[in-house]
Amino acid sequence: MNYTEKVIERFRNPKFFGNLKDYNASAKVGNPVCGDVMEIMLDVKENVIKNISVKTFGCVAAISTSDIVCELALNKDIDSALKISKEDIVKQLGGLPSEKIHCSLLALDALKKAINEYKKK
Amino acid sequence: MEVYLDNAATTKVDDKVVDSIKKVYLESYGNPSSIHKKGHDALKLIENSREELAKIINSEYHELVFTSCGSESNNLVLNQLSKGDHLITTIIEHPSIYNKAKALERQGVEITFLKSDKEGFINLEELESSIKKNTKLVSIIHSHNEVGTIQDLIKIGEICKKHKVLFHSDCVQSLKKTKIDVKDFNLDFASFSAHKIRGPKGVGALYVKKGLKLNPLIYGGGQENSMRSGTENVPGIVGFGSALRLSYDVKYVSELRDYMIFRLEEEIDKVKLNGSRKSRLCNNVNFSFKGIEGESILMSLDLEGIYVSTGSACSSRSLKASRVLLAMGLDHELAHGSIRFTLSPENTKEEIDYVVIKLKEIIKRLRGMSPLK
Repeated sequence: MNYTEKVIERFRNPKFFGNLKDYNASAKVGNPVCGDVMEIMLDVKENVIKNISVKTFGCVAAISTSDIVCELALNKDIDSALKISKEDIVKQLGGLPSEKIHCSLLALDALKKAINEYKKK
Repeated sequence: MEVYLDNAATTKVDDKVVDSIKKVYLESYGNPSSIHKKGHDALKLIENSREELAKIINSEYHELVFTSCGSESNNLVLNQLSKGDHLITTIIEHPSIYNKAKALERQGVEITFLKSDKEGFINLEELESSIKKNTKLVSIIHSHNEVGTIQDLIKIGEICKKHKVLFHSDCVQSLKKTKIDVKDFNLDFASFSAHKIRGPKGVGALYVKKGLKLNPLIYGGGQENSMRSGTENVPGIVGFGSALRLSYDVKYVSELRDYMIFRLEEEIDKVKLNGSRKSRLCNNVNFSFKGIEGESILMSLDLEGIYVSTGSACSSRSLKASRVLLAMGLDHELAHGSIRFTLSPENTKEEIDYVVIKLKEIIKRLRGMSPLK
């Protein structure tokens, strides 16, 4: 698979993997049939994402994109976080193989679902 | 350390093979169809390779046709079928049979894809009951490329003989690793490839039983008994012959395989060995690791200098999990988490130890990152 160095580096040393002790919203997306499952946890205070974590079952691209989504969302207010696009993610990673773009969409879905979860509260 | 464990994909060409190929390029460069000395020398060389392969599979030398690869050999056989004919094959075939069969199906050939059991064996009763009046061919893989299961070709051959249907087998992974006897197996056609046995890429062969004739895929000057035209790949065919002469210590490779299986099952929890334990290719180790995805494992191993392959969807163009593993009854999670290690006589116990240590670290790390329990 033709991954950029940034993708590989992020895969080797992700920054947001694990569980949050204190969180007030979470969401799980994907399923094992398609080969990707992501679970995002958020700690939101006064509409700002103060802390975020992720767990991913998936390929190198799924792991890297889900970690980048966390980085892009951290310290953003929830409405700006909802505006993060797949282009933002791909740009941060210096590109993604075309057949892997859907991984970045899944990471965005996870984030959006978690934010909507928070909004409902 | 670099450890190459992808020998079912392809192998490193042996020095002796390279030397023999080089000699053809520089000295015996004639066209085998030419009637002068240079042509005759080249012709003699390809006939030597033919005899070498014939000896190993217990055929006559003139029953062998050289092709460009195993996939061509497989396609050539299946291409004989036309609308209204019935083909029996399996759901777990190599893509060069499976996808060709699917294409034939679209052209009106009737296809039965036999099921696989949990270990990768077909059911002989299902085979026999599938044979009909219009059944022209049975094509069943011998040693499985992905999971290493070896089918019982003696019994399958008996069924084909009893019902007088032609029998083909893809024997690409079997060559030099397990006994192939075209007479004992009652084979009419069998496919082979050079690059799986330390020979060059771009050379395959097809056994065609005496008296049978195939319509060619490539028309031309009538080379290879008119079944495969085009100037023979003399250097490649000579390299194939040299590769056939190399020794292959099946016992040593089997022991290394069993050692690796033992250690992985002993030291990593929630793993599943895919394929059969009792009838398994000597160099195949295929495991699923629960809760993690194969491409992530493959890439992590790659970063440690260990080269393997996976049945995971994410590494394939189709983004679908391995058809073979799903057909063997694995759930999607396990099918996505499969890794194939294929050994060679050049691998050592020290290399396997290194792989096991690295794999343990990788599995632990990736499981810690996974939301699946």
